[in-house]
Amino acid sequence: MSNEIKKTHEPLFHVAKRDSLSPLKGLLIRVIAIVVAILLCSILTFFLIGTKNPFSLISTLVDGSFGSELRIWRFAKDLAVMLCISLAVTPAFRMKFWNIGAEGQVLIGTLASISCAFYIGDAVPNGVLLVIMFFASVVAGAVWGLIPAVFKALWNTNETLFTLMMNYVATYLVAFALIKWTPDGSSTLGIVEHGHLPEIFHPYLLLIVIVGALTLGIYIYLYHSKQGYEISVVGESQKTACYIGINVKKVVIRTMVVSGAICGVMGFLYASALDHTITTATVGGLGFTAIMVSWLAKFNPFIMIATSALIVFLNQGSSQMSTAFNISSAFPNVIVGIILFFIIGCEFFINYRIKFRKSKGDAEK
Amino acid sequence: MNVINFLLSAISLGTTFIYGSTGEILTEKAGHLNLGIPGVMCVGGASGCVALSLMYKTGMPPVLILMIAVLATFLGGALMGLIYSFLTVTLHANQNVTGLAMTTFGVGLMKYMMSGLKPIRYLYAVDYFRFPFADMKNSLQYCGVMMLLGFAIAIATSIVLSRTRLGLHLRAVGENPATADAVGINVTAYKYGATCIGSGIAGIGGIFYMLTYSGSQEAYLSVEALGWLAIALVIFTLWKPYLTIFGASLFGTLFVAGSFIPSLGITLDMSATPLLKMLPYIVTVVVLVVTSIRNRGTNQPPASLGTNYFREER
Repeated sequence: MSNEIKKTHEPLFHVAKRDSLSPLKGLLIRVIAIVVAILLCSILTFFLIGTKNPFSLISTLVDGSFGSELRIWRFAKDLAVMLCISLAVTPAFRMKFWNIGAEGQVLIGTLASISCAFYIGDAVPNGVLLVIMFFASVVAGAVWGLIPAVFKALWNTNETLFTLMMNYVATYLVAFALIKWTPDGSSTLGIVEHGHLPEIFHPYLLLIVIVGALTLGIYIYLYHSKQGYEISVVGESQKTACYIGINVKKVVIRTMVVSGAICGVMGFLYASALDHTITTATVGGLGFTAIMVSWLAKFNPFIMIATSALIVFLNQGSSQMSTAFNISSAFPNVIVGIILFFIIGCEFFINYRIKFRKSKGDAEK
Repeated sequence: MNVINFLLSAISLGTTFIYGSTGEILTEKAGHLNLGIPGVMCVGGASGCVALSLMYKTGMPPVLILMIAVLATFLGGALMGLIYSFLTVTLHANQNVTGLAMTTFGVGLMKYMMSGLKPIRYLYAVDYFRFPFADMKNSLQYCGVMMLLGFAIAIATSIVLSRTRLGLHLRAVGENPATADAVGINVTAYKYGATCIGSGIAGIGGIFYMLTYSGSQEAYLSVEALGWLAIALVIFTLWKPYLTIFGASLFGTLFVAGSFIPSLGITLDMSATPLLKMLPYIVTVVVLVVTSIRNRGTNQPPASLGTNYFREER
């Protein structure tokens, strides 16, 4: 054994957990991250695509979302859709149940609605049909959420992969239905004539109102109801939940049914208010984006309005960019991805503090 | 003959999953669930194609072209792994969210890169990627060096994980990083290393599908879906890389079954095709459920999977 005392070298900085950060500072850090990310993307597009000046990305982004009345309405519609799916995944996430199957849950809801309209649309009046469609969608979405939840509750089956696989099952069910419904073999279903929600003032207004009401409803459910409280406790610690007498299995299953049912509502809205038809790409990956929207908002329905707006703004603005600069339609995903990395990364500076090594003089004082 | 042809086709498609799953297993053994593997495979494949297009008509020997392309693919994947590990290991970001963002980013980046390439500038290498069976007319053409490389990587990874000190340390990091840290294992280095190498391996899966198996210019559009299945296969194989060879062949069989059954002389209704395509996913679900019900100690995921390690948090 050597008695030599090892000289320790204090690292330049070390990382410590923050106790709490004022919401204002937290917001500031996030805004800085987004601004830095957008600036970086501007420079990137400037060099890659050769736009006139480095800031044309920003002006195109704004133009894409707010450039005309049509675009503002489209922005509001996309915001409502994004928000609705994000709200749907939120109850499960607060319980730390990683449901990445919103895509399939919405799609199966749409399929249920369209099936109703397709088969019994002629036989029943529109009002009755809409009610049937609504319930069919909600039940379909809920069942799609229920199946993984039951296995999770009984045998702790990995829910992330289970829900992911359910997406593909839903997608191929839609493909199957489309082949059955289109005798010509084209697999493209035109607009289904029945089961349209009435237009009030503007085609998208009713949708926006419904989603607005849903936001309030989910907020009350999560923050001011017994069930919402149970969800939070299960999410924090299953052992605590057991100890205070919460039936964890019941909460898991119930919450996933709620999540699936809200996805079903969105499916109904796709069928009755937006598309009036179905393809395998009706949801178009929003089920995955919703996870990030919900997480960025810290699972708070009202903050989710802002995060949905941000994502829709980026998506829409950057697809505007791909038409304006005549580049691949995939480029927006690259931009959104880079900005997401920054937003995800900046959480570090909110949760942790970097302490730099004190210089010798400071240490002696 | 028909049956052998079918099986070879199934196994060779399965090799895509072997690469993807082996890479993901390596990452998961370090305790990180990388849901960005589909994106990693996309970017890997695209990097390989970019490298190939740079070497188009330079008169380099095919062996060198193949090696450089595979290396570029590996590096492309590893670079994605580096982004992922920087965010999750250094910045302690949520692994699921980071992974999903990686997939969005990776798929977008690949489509952007591929849209800028003329297919002829990388498809010329299909013959090199199918070496030495490029001239065969049946499915044997897929079973060349690239497939053997996949098998070799899977077996080598298994040996490293279960028979070497390096593997022992890596498994320790994945099971309990705090304990591993206490005995002097550099947790951060292992996590970075496993994620980057794993992502590099997964990346090769992307180019294997694009150039060896498919060899068409639309192939890159299906890489994402295959990547998700590769993640599912990890659970199917109970985190054992050598088992991916069998699991991947089974998945491959289910995948090509749809196109094979008509060739047996059985006529199927057109609507049966989507139902057949649904099979791999349903089988995965069944396996997920069965493994979770059996719940044996040795078949479990690494204990710290999905949680980030922060030294000062005890």
